[in-house]
Amino acid sequence: MLKVERLAKIYPTAAGPLAVLKEVSFDLLAGASLAIVGPSGSGKTTLLGLCAGLDRPSSGTVTLAGESIGVMDEDARARVRNEHVGFVFQNFQLIPTLTAVENVLVPVELRGESGPEIEAEARSLLTRVGLGSRVDHYPVQLSGGEQQRVALARAFINRPKILFCDEPTGNLDGDTAHAMVDLIFGLNREKGTTLVLVTHDPELARKCQRMIRLRSGGVVEDTARE
Amino acid sequence: MNFILKMAWRDSRASRKRLLLFSLSIVLGIAALVAIGSFTTNLQTAIDGQAKGLLGADLAVESRTALTPEAQQFLDGLGGEQSREIMFASMVVFPSAGGQTRLISLRALEGGYPFYGEFLTQPSGAAARLAAGEQVAVLETGLLTQYGLSVGDPVRIGEQTFTIAAALENVPGESAAIAQLSPRVYIPLSRLPETGLLGPGSLVRYKTYFKFGPEVDAERLVTEMRSRFRELRLGFDTVEERKEDLGEALQNVYAFLSLVGFVALFLGAIGVASAIHVYVRQKIATVAVLRCLGASAWRSFAVYLVQGIGIGFVGSILGAALGVAVQLALPALVQGLLPFEVDFTIAWGAVLNGAAAGLVICVLFTLLPLLAIRRVSPLVAIRSSFAENTDRRDPLRWALYALIVAAVTAFALAQTTRWEHGLGFVAMLALSFGVLTGLARLVALSARRFFPKSAPYVWRQGVANLYRPNNRTVLLLLALGLGTFLIVTLALTRATLVAQIENTGGANRPNLLFFDIQDDQIGPLERILAEQSTPIVAQAAIVTMKVRSIKGRTVEDILKDNTSRLPSWTLRREYRSTYRGQLSATETLLEGTFTGRVEPGVEEVPISMEVGLVRDLQLKLGDEMEFDVQGVPLKARLTSIREVEWRRMEPNFFVLFPEGVLEAAPKFFVAATRVATPADSARVQRAVVAGIPNVSAIDLALILQTLDSVFSKIQFVVQFMALFTVATGVIVLAGAVMSGRFQRLRETVLLRTLGANRHQLVQIQLVEYAILGLLAALVGCGLALLANGLLAAFVFKTVGAFPLSTLLGAVVAVMVVTLATGLLANRGVADHPPLEILRQET
Repeated sequence: MLKVERLAKIYPTAAGPLAVLKEVSFDLLAGASLAIVGPSGSGKTTLLGLCAGLDRPSSGTVTLAGESIGVMDEDARARVRNEHVGFVFQNFQLIPTLTAVENVLVPVELRGESGPEIEAEARSLLTRVGLGSRVDHYPVQLSGGEQQRVALARAFINRPKILFCDEPTGNLDGDTAHAMVDLIFGLNREKGTTLVLVTHDPELARKCQRMIRLRSGGVVEDTARE
Repeated sequence: MNFILKMAWRDSRASRKRLLLFSLSIVLGIAALVAIGSFTTNLQTAIDGQAKGLLGADLAVESRTALTPEAQQFLDGLGGEQSREIMFASMVVFPSAGGQTRLISLRALEGGYPFYGEFLTQPSGAAARLAAGEQVAVLETGLLTQYGLSVGDPVRIGEQTFTIAAALENVPGESAAIAQLSPRVYIPLSRLPETGLLGPGSLVRYKTYFKFGPEVDAERLVTEMRSRFRELRLGFDTVEERKEDLGEALQNVYAFLSLVGFVALFLGAIGVASAIHVYVRQKIATVAVLRCLGASAWRSFAVYLVQGIGIGFVGSILGAALGVAVQLALPALVQGLLPFEVDFTIAWGAVLNGAAAGLVICVLFTLLPLLAIRRVSPLVAIRSSFAENTDRRDPLRWALYALIVAAVTAFALAQTTRWEHGLGFVAMLALSFGVLTGLARLVALSARRFFPKSAPYVWRQGVANLYRPNNRTVLLLLALGLGTFLIVTLALTRATLVAQIENTGGANRPNLLFFDIQDDQIGPLERILAEQSTPIVAQAAIVTMKVRSIKGRTVEDILKDNTSRLPSWTLRREYRSTYRGQLSATETLLEGTFTGRVEPGVEEVPISMEVGLVRDLQLKLGDEMEFDVQGVPLKARLTSIREVEWRRMEPNFFVLFPEGVLEAAPKFFVAATRVATPADSARVQRAVVAGIPNVSAIDLALILQTLDSVFSKIQFVVQFMALFTVATGVIVLAGAVMSGRFQRLRETVLLRTLGANRHQLVQIQLVEYAILGLLAALVGCGLALLANGLLAAFVFKTVGAFPLSTLLGAVVAVMVVTLATGLLANRGVADHPPLEILRQET
């Protein structure tokens, strides 16, 4: 599902080139789950961004759902994201001017799909994450945990082949975080989605089948769990 | 497309009030264009519909001298119904108003003129009494009001007393503005000789009006007879010519006013662009999420482009509606300036043109900040820090700049009849904006460099707001500075012109001029003025003459020659020349040698000519001319060229002869004196008119009063248009402050959370807006002073006025407007609990 080979990202700075990611390679099968861990500044988010096609690598390749996204232009990568990828962000990233159900509908509407069936599916997903009674609320009217659940529903509306989560519980309290983790892994199993998440939380990382630890842009540990 | 529209609509939910405010920025500019366009269309319709009434006849023929028998015979031969009018400036005395006197335009009328349109008087029927030759006069309404006169009162004109038959309300083809320059008094032509006013040398216009039957085409007639008219030195005017003249004048006024209106639109569009810039920055996170979810760069861009088009569309519709409403007010505004009635109809073409221009300009300017959306990286969704990507090398940005310049140029060229004017407008616009922007940047830079570190906290915050990111310094100085600049320039120009005329009477210079003094009247006039303790300080003999030939070629020949570039007025006119032994204080010798005296009988008289006339007649030193001095030929040679300061209230002349030649010719005089007060002026004029009724007087106060009233009317119209710019500036300011309110809300809330009280928050705003208002006013006034100085130096040839009270008034007014708008737009921010506001603005 996701194949990363000799991936590197180098930023030019006043003090010379700064390598934030060095020669990272791994392979992830469909339906698998991967946790990327490491200290701040180790390159986790950069790696996630490159894997999800949010940025282009300085060198190396990323193949996502059979498509080599590293060489694509931004609009082509946007199409791949829309067709195959779901996102959950640390700060939720809901569109403040849209209601919960409208936020969930954005990815499918971007594909030109709309209608009562689609909307029913969005409402059903919101019900699935426990927000059946709050579908018409705006983000500002929802708590952090509720906003993250809307984001999760949005991530699954286009039946993604792979879900990228960036610190999905980073802004949530303990109980809410647990509930969120259960939802992510539950939906992951239910929909057969591949899962890549970046986290500082060792407990969350342990729930994944595989864990890659980064330090200073390089892989220092790559462990698979039974 | 469906997604784009849906998303644009949904995304606008929380910002619709703000977006509406943005759109208001262009409303006034569009309203101005629509109002001016519609009104001009209605004017054109009125001109077409009332064409014959514009002249009151099918043909009007004019001569500057009494008609020769040959000319009279020619006019008689043209047939049709004819009406004659003799007009000249004269004095009238109002016995019932304490014997006060006034310079007027006397019109002695005979026949059925006007043949088209109505000679409107109050009470009506006065035209018939004039036609019947009764001893009555019809006076300009304003004269009756000014001197407290009533119908039935006497009025003394020359040696005769007439009874006021009615007040004049309208004569076809003449605007009431003429009354401000010289009020009209009509009497029957048959009564004119008895007044004794028509002496030799009077500046008289002899007019003959014609009404032809349907079989005669006046246009064809004058085309066929053009050379005959020129030979006989007759000027003519037809309905078509009058229409063309009016249409041309109308086009010029339209161009000027619509360009002033366009400045408001341009400013508003900049306001929209600035507000959208802030708006886009607030939408970066949303755009990044859309990009993450698979929206392409263009799709994300299109969502906000739709909103931008929506702003333009709403602004255009509101502007068009307001423009139609404003158009209702325009007739009252230009009342008296137009020689005909204008009906109100909605000119849909003009409405569409104005609205379309507004939409196009608004969308073009909106595109500028929107282009940045294409470059928003989806990474922003997972990176909290965001570096704005406004790549100055973006080729689309440059293409857009070029498109804006092209659109503005195209608009300016479409509005003006001459391309030089259109390009000049674009250049001036670019220059004004460039200067204002440059100054604003300088202000921001200076605020940073010379930051008042030891000032109280609220002052430091207020000053820091001038240069901090997302400051409004450039926009505000541009918006308010430009409005201030336009209005103050108008006020300064007026002050300069008035001061210029006042100066002509300053420093013991003459300020009361007498003219039409016959040869035998100069002695009595000297005595009367001496009795009044206002002796003559300057006088000149005037000898009338015509040009017979130039450089060996007769004037008739030149007039017949269609290839001749010499202006016909220079050849047809009756020259009023004088003779003197030396140059006067108002003259400067530019070329040649001035000869002050020649021996009698000299074959070629050395003459001096005014430089402008030399240019018009295409002469050079040494060229010969022949004059016809009332039937006597006189050969002359140009030996000197003078510059004449025409503004000085002293006798000035185009052609100056040496002593020893013209003394024996029939002549009359002009004389000037100096009076201390308006009361003295009235007393002296009364004494002169009582003693020598045909002598006319004009005093500096009257010129000032006339200029001031005409300028007031024009200034009112122009200020009305300039107000659109100022009001746009205020809306742009409100929009900028509202945008800033959203931008700075968190900071304000943070300050509030950290313990700042409401008083302190308001003080910070006060400092910021007071500084911005003051700077905008100073920049606007500074530019106005510069523009007025340049106008004064290069156009009016004088020194620009510096009316301190006007400038101070402008500074205070702009500061008050800025403070009031700023505080109003920011109201509420400091009154709410921080948490409440934070939630609202999420």
